[in-house]
Amino acid sequence: MPLWPGRMAGLLLLLFLLGPLAAVAWRAGGGGWPGPADMEALRFTVVQAVLSALLSVVLAVPLARALARRRFPGRGALITLLGAPFILPVIVAVLGLLAVFGRGGIVNDTLAFLDLPRVQIYGLHGVVLAHVFFNLPLATRMILQGWQAIPAERFRLAASLGMTPGTVLRVLERPMLREVLPGATLIVFALCLSSFAVALTLGGGPRATTLELAIYQAFHFDFDLGRAAVLAVMQMGLVMAAAALALRAGGVTGFGAGLDRVHRRWEAEIPLLRAQDAALIFLGALFLLTPLAAIGWRGVAGLSEMPAQVWRAAGVSLGVALTATALCLVMALSLAAIALRHGWVEGVGLLGLAISPLVIGTGLFLLVNPWIDPARLALGVTAVVNAVMALPFAMRVILPRLREVEATHGRLATSLGMVGIARLRWLILPRLRTVLGFAAGLTAALAMGDLGVIALFADADNATLPLQILRLMGAYQMQAAAGAGLLLLVLSLSLFWLFDRGGRHHAAV
Amino acid sequence: MHHLMLASTLIATATMASAQDRPVLTVYTYDSFVSGWGPGPQIEQAFEAECGCDLQFVGAGDGAALLSRLRLEGARTKADIVLGLDTNLMTAARDTGLFDPHGITAAFDMPVEWDDDTFLPFDWGYFAFVANADFDAPGDFRALGQSDTSIVIQDPRSSTPGLGLVMWVKSAYGDQAAEIWEGLSDNIVTVTPGWSEAYGLFLEGEADMVLSYTTSPAYHLIAEDDSGKKAVPMSEGHYMQVEVAAKLAGTDQAELADQFLEFMLTDAFQGVIPTTNWMYPAKTPADGLPDGFDTLITPETALLLDADKAAALRDQAIAEWQAALAR
Repeated sequence: MPLWPGRMAGLLLLLFLLGPLAAVAWRAGGGGWPGPADMEALRFTVVQAVLSALLSVVLAVPLARALARRRFPGRGALITLLGAPFILPVIVAVLGLLAVFGRGGIVNDTLAFLDLPRVQIYGLHGVVLAHVFFNLPLATRMILQGWQAIPAERFRLAASLGMTPGTVLRVLERPMLREVLPGATLIVFALCLSSFAVALTLGGGPRATTLELAIYQAFHFDFDLGRAAVLAVMQMGLVMAAAALALRAGGVTGFGAGLDRVHRRWEAEIPLLRAQDAALIFLGALFLLTPLAAIGWRGVAGLSEMPAQVWRAAGVSLGVALTATALCLVMALSLAAIALRHGWVEGVGLLGLAISPLVIGTGLFLLVNPWIDPARLALGVTAVVNAVMALPFAMRVILPRLREVEATHGRLATSLGMVGIARLRWLILPRLRTVLGFAAGLTAALAMGDLGVIALFADADNATLPLQILRLMGAYQMQAAAGAGLLLLVLSLSLFWLFDRGGRHHAAV
Repeated sequence: MHHLMLASTLIATATMASAQDRPVLTVYTYDSFVSGWGPGPQIEQAFEAECGCDLQFVGAGDGAALLSRLRLEGARTKADIVLGLDTNLMTAARDTGLFDPHGITAAFDMPVEWDDDTFLPFDWGYFAFVANADFDAPGDFRALGQSDTSIVIQDPRSSTPGLGLVMWVKSAYGDQAAEIWEGLSDNIVTVTPGWSEAYGLFLEGEADMVLSYTTSPAYHLIAEDDSGKKAVPMSEGHYMQVEVAAKLAGTDQAELADQFLEFMLTDAFQGVIPTTNWMYPAKTPADGLPDGFDTLITPETALLLDADKAAALRDQAIAEWQAALAR
């Protein structure tokens, strides 16, 4: 593949992310000095992000493994539904979680019924629980992708050699995990770093102050732009350090090419493992789907109370999501082509997750405002910011597969003179179809649910659905907000399903 | 479909043409003021009917975000009027030097005296804990701290009511504020970033009481026909929030801006406030407050620190809050 589109995309990305940061720092006339409270926020941020990331990934491995080696009716639907938690606006998801784990939630009602002491969700454990709820499905999908990348022929060979589950784990699965896990952990860690509302709402008090809140405080409370810029750089430094660690730890597997057959796992077809996998899938689904069911239950009653603006906002959000998706895929493919040669390029893609939306928003505002009314750019900016923020996910999903395609078919394609557009059309795109569909689904769903920068730019007319939900709640209309939350959930999941399904069409994975 | 598109293009062109003829008055305000169910749309219609101008509201987050947007833009701001700051933000706003005196003398229907020459109030309210009507609530902060009543509050660093509560305790207890917060720390279920999250948590049954306004039960009564919520009277008195507007010194529509500030205190504006912003109007309209507002509690003592004192005490009050709750 040609490299110039990737260079362009990388340059634009750097400008788009570092420009606003520079604008904020320049407007402040230099950096500010973070106080002791900021350092405490930094410590708490890192602790909760590390715990959340490790727990999400550790739990995701057995769940992904169970899903990878079992076929059952409704499996496809379950996998799609598992994508739901992390696309929800925070407050909708938190209320769903509270319906299960809160004071009057299902868990506590059950405990009370059994005469057992109640559990309290508020505290560090609540923050981690919420983050695992958001990110376990994402980690599971990324790891599942790794399992599916092992050609079915290898498992067939393993079976004909009479390998036990233990040997398959050592020979096939462990090397794959070694490649996939660092990246998955990194993504979840980066996501949890910028947590703000979850951490504060479930954290139980000012102990649970994160960097993102400190940035908010610096901007709006103290109007200390220099301190906000320095805090943003600290947050970015953390993600970059983690990225350096993860990219170094991730090895490259060499399973060779396969014929894309359906996986069959002879070695795992014993009753004990069957029961174990069934139990894991059941528990995972229970944990992830019960809060979603609560959101659906709360929302159905509110559907009829939604004012017309909600539908308009839903249309706006769809437009933003589709634009962001197209943009993100083009950038991800172009950057991935460069990342094949220079691994560190993936780190550049990660910047999107590392920079606080508040800083990007404020910086862009500073850059744009002298020339044009920011409200006129609100939707365009929101689409671009969402594309950039989804880029790390798309890259993480696309890159390993692209690497493998180039390793297994690249030389043949080159010897046939297949370069440029022809190579893209006949080799890359068809073989990347499943991961492109997944990446597109992720991006679209994320962009639907993101509140990000729109709140800084929007005027009365061009609100997105998440912003409209927040406005409804601000006007006491909790029922209508719950209805709009359900609408958002359904729309995001449909987009995710359409893209993901589209990518898997023909392929029975 | 083609007809529809043609029609909408025509309408769009027509609006643009008429908008170009009329002078534009730009009003920066907080986001919930301009949303479809806030006061913005009705007020825009009423003012445009008499001013022959185009009133444009620009929403910018909450009150604090509104002020930081103005500071970011500085003297080059397009705003002619800013509407939605409160007494906690006034000193910082005044220090920017961006505002001109309003030159209006008016009598307000507020429990405190008001004679600021730059900032003009448009509505006000009392902070209060809101509970279910049948809840047996403590009557002051000490009793609340000793009880096992659970409460949800907002973070003073990111939320207006959250800051209001910290100033409430500080103005009522002064040097003993830290002690009061220590008493309250085990009653606080959690601290949310904004009002919406806290109120949502309360409605879901996560706590016995939530920090909100004395006017909150009026929403449930009037809009939902539900008399199941009450505001809890506190014997120390209730801290107030006064929301104000001001004219930018750099406005290129000085006359229109003055006209808007005058309009702001007429019934056409004030009558919209109670059931859209769910606050008390700064000047009670001729036909009084809507039915249902008479059921609300009226605190015997209104607490409010003047703007300079509030600005001076703010950081210390928050530090006390933070220290007590971090234990």
